Amino acid sequence: MTLMKKTAAELQALLHNREVSVKEVTEDSFKQIAALDGQVKAFLTLTEEEALARAEELDNGPKEDRGPLFGLPIGIKDNIVTKGTATTCASKMLENFVPVYNATAVEKVNEAGMISVGKLNMDEFAMGSTTERSAFQTTHNPWNLDCVPGGSSGGSAAAVAAGEVPFSLGTDTGGSVRQPAAFCGVVGMKPTYGRVSRSGLVAFASSLDQIGPITRTVEDNALLLNAISGLDHRDSSSSPQQVPDFRAALTGDIKGLRIAVPKEYLGEGIEEDVKDKVRASLKVLESLGATIGEVSLPHSKYASPTYYTIATAEASSNLARFDGIRYGYRSEGAKNLDEIYTRSRAEGFGTEVKKRILYGTYALSADHHEELYVKAMKVRTLIAQDFASVFDNYDVIVGPTSATTAYEIGGAMKDQVTLYANDILTVSVNLAGIPAISIPCGFSNGLPVGLQIIGKHFDEATLYRVAHAFEQATDFHKRTPSIGEGNE
Amino acid sequence: MTKFTAEDVQYFANFARIAFSNEEAEEFSELISELVEFADQLKEVDTDQVEPMTHPLQLFNVLREDIPQDVLDRDEMLSSVKEHEDGMIKVPNIL
Repeated sequence: MTLMKKTAAELQALLHNREVSVKEVTEDSFKQIAALDGQVKAFLTLTEEEALARAEELDNGPKEDRGPLFGLPIGIKDNIVTKGTATTCASKMLENFVPVYNATAVEKVNEAGMISVGKLNMDEFAMGSTTERSAFQTTHNPWNLDCVPGGSSGGSAAAVAAGEVPFSLGTDTGGSVRQPAAFCGVVGMKPTYGRVSRSGLVAFASSLDQIGPITRTVEDNALLLNAISGLDHRDSSSSPQQVPDFRAALTGDIKGLRIAVPKEYLGEGIEEDVKDKVRASLKVLESLGATIGEVSLPHSKYASPTYYTIATAEASSNLARFDGIRYGYRSEGAKNLDEIYTRSRAEGFGTEVKKRILYGTYALSADHHEELYVKAMKVRTLIAQDFASVFDNYDVIVGPTSATTAYEIGGAMKDQVTLYANDILTVSVNLAGIPAISIPCGFSNGLPVGLQIIGKHFDEATLYRVAHAFEQATDFHKRTPSIGEGNE
Repeated sequence: MTKFTAEDVQYFANFARIAFSNEEAEEFSELISELVEFADQLKEVDTDQVEPMTHPLQLFNVLREDIPQDVLDRDEMLSSVKEHEDGMIKVPNIL
C-alpha cells in the first residue's frame, strides 16, 4: 500500500514513531510516479536527486520544529517559479527557462519542510480547461484514462488523484484549481484574491490569478493553505488581513449555517446527473443542521464574456514580456530586432495563447477600449454586487463546480463558446475576488462530480468548516481510482 | 463590429508583435470573430450608473521599508539569455 494516499496526520504519526523516514516517504512518491505517470502524464519535470538529498537532510535535522507538513512530498504547477528547476508554463516559449528565484508560495512550502518532487503539466500559460493545450503532453484523468483531467491545473489534480503525491499547488484564474479538482475527485481551494502571494506566479490575468492547494482531504487542504497564506511585500496586491488557523475551523458543526443556492447554478446546460448529486449533497448539509434558500445571481449569464474580456486584456499586457530577447524562445530565422519579437512570439506561443493576446489587444485598443474593457469592468462590479447582496443574508453559496463531469480527450474542443459557457460556474468567483472550494460529492458513470462552496472575502475558514462537515458525513473522498492498485 | 477580418488580425497583430501568415490571419479572423460576437452580449447590460471594478481588493499606498535585500545574481540571470557579451544582453543592430 502506497504512502501517497495517506493523510498528513497519518504520515506525521508514521514519521514520529520512526516507522518511516522522510527519505522513504519521498522514495515512495517517486516509485508511484515511475509506476503511474507513463499513463497519467501529470509531471513535466522531476527533481528526484534534489528531493532525496533534501529528505536525508531533513531526516538528520532537529525533531523539535517539525510542523504538520514536515517531510511530505508536493508537486508544483509549472507556472510557479522554482529556483534552478525549469519552469515552462507548458509553453515552447519557456521550454528552456530556468528561474533564478523561488515564488513566495514555494519558499513557504519549503519552510514548512515539504519536499518538492517536480513540476506539473497544465494548459499553456494556464489558458484552457482540459490540459490538452500543453505544448508538451496531454495529461490523462486517473479515473478514466480516455478523459481529460480538467484544467488548467490538470497535472496538479491528476497527480494527487492518482496517488503520485498527496499535495500539489495549482493556480486559479477562472476555475483552474476547482474544475480539475472536480474532474479528478479531489479537494481544490481558490483562496480570496490577496490571500496567497502571487510573487513568482507567472502572470496570466493579474486581477484574477490566485495560487491554491489541491489535496485528497479537506484537512490537508486547510494545512497547506495555512502554510502558503499571508502578506508578502514582494506582491503589493497581497493582503495584510490576519490569517486564521484554517484547521481550527474544522469543528464538524454547521448547525444554523445559511446556504444560498443560486437558481442560475442548477439551470440550463448543467447535466441532470450533476444536478442530482448537488441536490443530494444539499440534503446532507440540511441533515447536518444547515438551512437552504434559493437565490438569484442575475448577472451570472454575463460572467463568461466579462471574464474573457478582462482576462485576455490583462494577458495581452502580461505576455508582452516574452520578447525573445532576455529569456525564453528566440526564433532562429529573425534578421532584425522587430523580427525577433514577431517571429519568436509567432513560433513560441500556441494558437489559444495567440488568440487571447490578439483579442485582448483589440479589447484594449483606443477605438474599442470603452465598449469592451471598461464595459467588462463595469459588469464585473455588478457581478461582485450580486454576490455581496446574497452574502447579506447567507453564509455560503453552494452549487456544482462544473456543468459536466470529465469529457473525452479530443472530444470537447470544437466549439469554443460552449467550452467558455462551461466556465460560468467558476469565473464569477474570480471576478468577485472571493474564495471557493470544490470537494467530491458523488460519481456519474464512474467519474467524480464536484460540489462548489463559495464564501465571503477572507472567509475560507467557513468554507473549510462546511466542506469538512460534508466530507465527514459522506465517503466520496475515500474512493480512489483503480489505476495503480495492482502495484500496491 | 460583427466580423473580425484577416486585415483586422494583421492590424492588431502588429501591436501585439506576433507574425501571422495570410493563411493564419484568415484562420484567426474566424476565432476572434466568435469572441467578438460572444462579447456583444455585454451591450445588453445597463451600466450607466456603474463604476468599473479595477481591483478585486481595495488596497491603497502599499509601501514597504526601504531596506536593501539580496539581489539576484547577474551571472545566474544571464544563463537564460540567448546572446550576451560582457554582462550585457545582445540584440541585432538597430541602426
